[in-house]
Amino acid sequence: MTEDPLLRIDDLTVEYKSARHWAPAVRGASLRVEPGEFVSLVGESGSGKTTLVQAALGLLPPSARQSAGTVHYSDVDVTGWSDRRMALVRGNYVGFIPQDPNTSLNPVKKIGQQVIEAVRFNEKQKRDAAAWKEAALESLRTAGLADAERVFAQYPHELSGGMKQRALIAIALAGKPKLILADEPTSALDVTVQQRILDHLAGLRVDLGIGILLVTHDLGVALDRSDRIAVMQGGEIVEEGPVAEVIEHAADPYTRRLLDAAPARHTGRLEPATGTRAEDQPIALRANDIEKTYRLRGRGRRELRALGGVDLEVRQGTTHAIVGESGAGKSTLARILVGFDAPDAGTVHLGDRELTGLGHRQLRELRSDLQFVFQNPFTSLDPRFTVEKIVAEPLRAFKIPGDRRSRVVQLLEAVALDESHLGRLPAELSGGQRQRVAIARALALNPEVLVLDEAVSALDVSVQAQILQLLVDLQGEFGLAYVFVTHDLGVVRLIADDVTVMKDGAVVESGPAVKVFEAPAQDYTRELLAAVPGARLAPANVRLGDCRV
Amino acid sequence: MTAIAAPPAARLGELARQPVLVAAWIVVALAVGWALFPQLFTSYSPYTGDSGASFAPPSADHWFGTDRLGRDLYARCVYGARTTLTATLLAVVIAFGLGTVIGLVAGYFGKLWDNVIMRVVDVFLSIPSLLLAMVVVSVLGYSANNIALAVGISSIASFARVMRSEVLAVVNQDYVKAAYGAGVGRLAVMVRHVVPNSLSSVIALAALEVGTAVLAVASLGFLGYGSPPPEPEWGLLVAEGRDFVAVHPWISILPGAALALVVIAAHRISTSLRKDPRR
Repeated sequence: MTEDPLLRIDDLTVEYKSARHWAPAVRGASLRVEPGEFVSLVGESGSGKTTLVQAALGLLPPSARQSAGTVHYSDVDVTGWSDRRMALVRGNYVGFIPQDPNTSLNPVKKIGQQVIEAVRFNEKQKRDAAAWKEAALESLRTAGLADAERVFAQYPHELSGGMKQRALIAIALAGKPKLILADEPTSALDVTVQQRILDHLAGLRVDLGIGILLVTHDLGVALDRSDRIAVMQGGEIVEEGPVAEVIEHAADPYTRRLLDAAPARHTGRLEPATGTRAEDQPIALRANDIEKTYRLRGRGRRELRALGGVDLEVRQGTTHAIVGESGAGKSTLARILVGFDAPDAGTVHLGDRELTGLGHRQLRELRSDLQFVFQNPFTSLDPRFTVEKIVAEPLRAFKIPGDRRSRVVQLLEAVALDESHLGRLPAELSGGQRQRVAIARALALNPEVLVLDEAVSALDVSVQAQILQLLVDLQGEFGLAYVFVTHDLGVVRLIADDVTVMKDGAVVESGPAVKVFEAPAQDYTRELLAAVPGARLAPANVRLGDCRV
Repeated sequence: MTAIAAPPAARLGELARQPVLVAAWIVVALAVGWALFPQLFTSYSPYTGDSGASFAPPSADHWFGTDRLGRDLYARCVYGARTTLTATLLAVVIAFGLGTVIGLVAGYFGKLWDNVIMRVVDVFLSIPSLLLAMVVVSVLGYSANNIALAVGISSIASFARVMRSEVLAVVNQDYVKAAYGAGVGRLAVMVRHVVPNSLSSVIALAALEVGTAVLAVASLGFLGYGSPPPEPEWGLLVAEGRDFVAVHPWISILPGAALALVVIAAHRISTSLRKDPRR
């Protein structure tokens, strides 16, 4: 190795102050990025990956301290540097791309000003305004914004998520850094946008010869893009090496489990543990020609057509996935299917009962056959209710006779929880456990149809794998029909019998999952499929539910 | 498994690290003690004085000094706590009770209810609350109870506003929709989910309102809308010293200081309540 690594972290330990003592978030982590190298740092939530990046940038929050280890940039030890000195390193030497493009730009400043700011603070000599503007435009162009002049004069709210992320990349590039640290730069974006952004980052590495450290929870993304990956768990780096080597012979058991849990690892649909899958079943839920238009307030009273004539049929005991990117109208459709929202036109039938136009009371009667699971398990459970009260709520509402407590225990067991969870509050449960409680609540009334709105999207892959297997098992056991709304095609492959692809409030393509995946009829479907990360993950014959991490 | 509710011992430990908050609780506890068991805190009578010892400055015998009639001022402060704090409590209960219900109805049932109720609330908010209280007392007649009623009525509007905004935030939470989805009726959702999750800010406001109400009650007492003179009442005590401020300042200042401390303490406690650990 002739050159020093751009970034070298040795034995780094970072601790957070908790009530009485210091709790380690990163323990003895070592990592390096060579010039022109693309390294990914993979880990689930709480593994300490963001803390590691913050420590490297000297941006740890006040409640954290670096208690051991060193950080070198090109063999310059910056450990313990003051914030002032670090500010000279940031921007000039290392550019940072933050996680959420929707909150990381100043909403009251034009994009151009924000890029110029980054240019100015990283210039040694003074230049006039025109030169700064030219440098900022150049930076925006390098970040892949072809129409740089227009973006320069726009405010963040006028841009899409992908364009905002490019603007942030432009800011990170403004100081002409040798190294870029990107913390989940695409996690808040649609897959097709994610693909373009990552393509661009990889291209920058080749064109400018910079090193990239990508922090991500998505193993598929990491494997597709990087030269080397490092896997973090519980504050430690448990596996590190070239991608091919990690895929073939991961030494660490956690890494292997993580690999097996990735949806891209599995091609066929998951099989239930017991029972069989239904064929040629009657229709359980049918939506006909649903239309919904939102009237936006403010200037001009614009109208937003969320759904324009959408049809959907869900057969008993099967899973119908609704796929699409943000703004496709899938959540609106899901809410209309369960009667949380009323359509402007069209009908929804549950079996032979019509759902549309029913009042509060009549709709309530149907609830026992039609249940909903929310995307975010952190907001869908009342923080003041115990698990027992949450799961028993539908039983109580419908005055179901019998021993409620034992029924609740039975339901908890169905979702792989047990009696010991009865008295817990949601705050005392992990995200996966909470979502299982939410599913147990939805199952309490033995519904025919369960509508799941991005029900696994907020969860880590390993937890996601467990929940998916659980759903498939429950379907086999109780003959449930699922409407599975998601943006993640990788997940759809695992669970769906039928797929409806949506875009801009209309159905693009609909049909059996096998057909849509193997022989997509529409360009948009093909584009979506191509953007699913994880192409380098060879399918393995592992039962997803066994991937307990 | 983080964010488990702290056990009581740990909470006390946390409290010990906030000396100002501890002091605030002590002040409030002392004031409540005065109101409940005045005879435990002083052996002097608040009504009869020693006319030979009028205008005595603060001393070991008379901690707050004596007034024009030689009555012990500390004793009058201690006994005055009952009048003032009872009126305060009554005022806050009225404002809290009615304000919460009104805000809940407006926020939860929305539409016409919301429009009508909130416009009335706006009108009430536009009138200075002390002025409103004076009008109410003038109509009802001068007495400590009417002061309480007046102060209470004049702050219903602010409770209604806070409750409404909390309810609007909670109603849009997923868990409320999930409860509808589970088949829970509208009223049951309101009682089981919306009310408990909306109350924390309103409770913090109630603590704050205690401070404001003490001040309002004392102000009306000072202006002579309350109980007639021999009765000890904090506002009245301050008023009685008004003519002698230049020569015997303690007659106004010390009861005034007691009043100020209670207000500040209530404010500090309110701030600590606002930091709801669940959010």
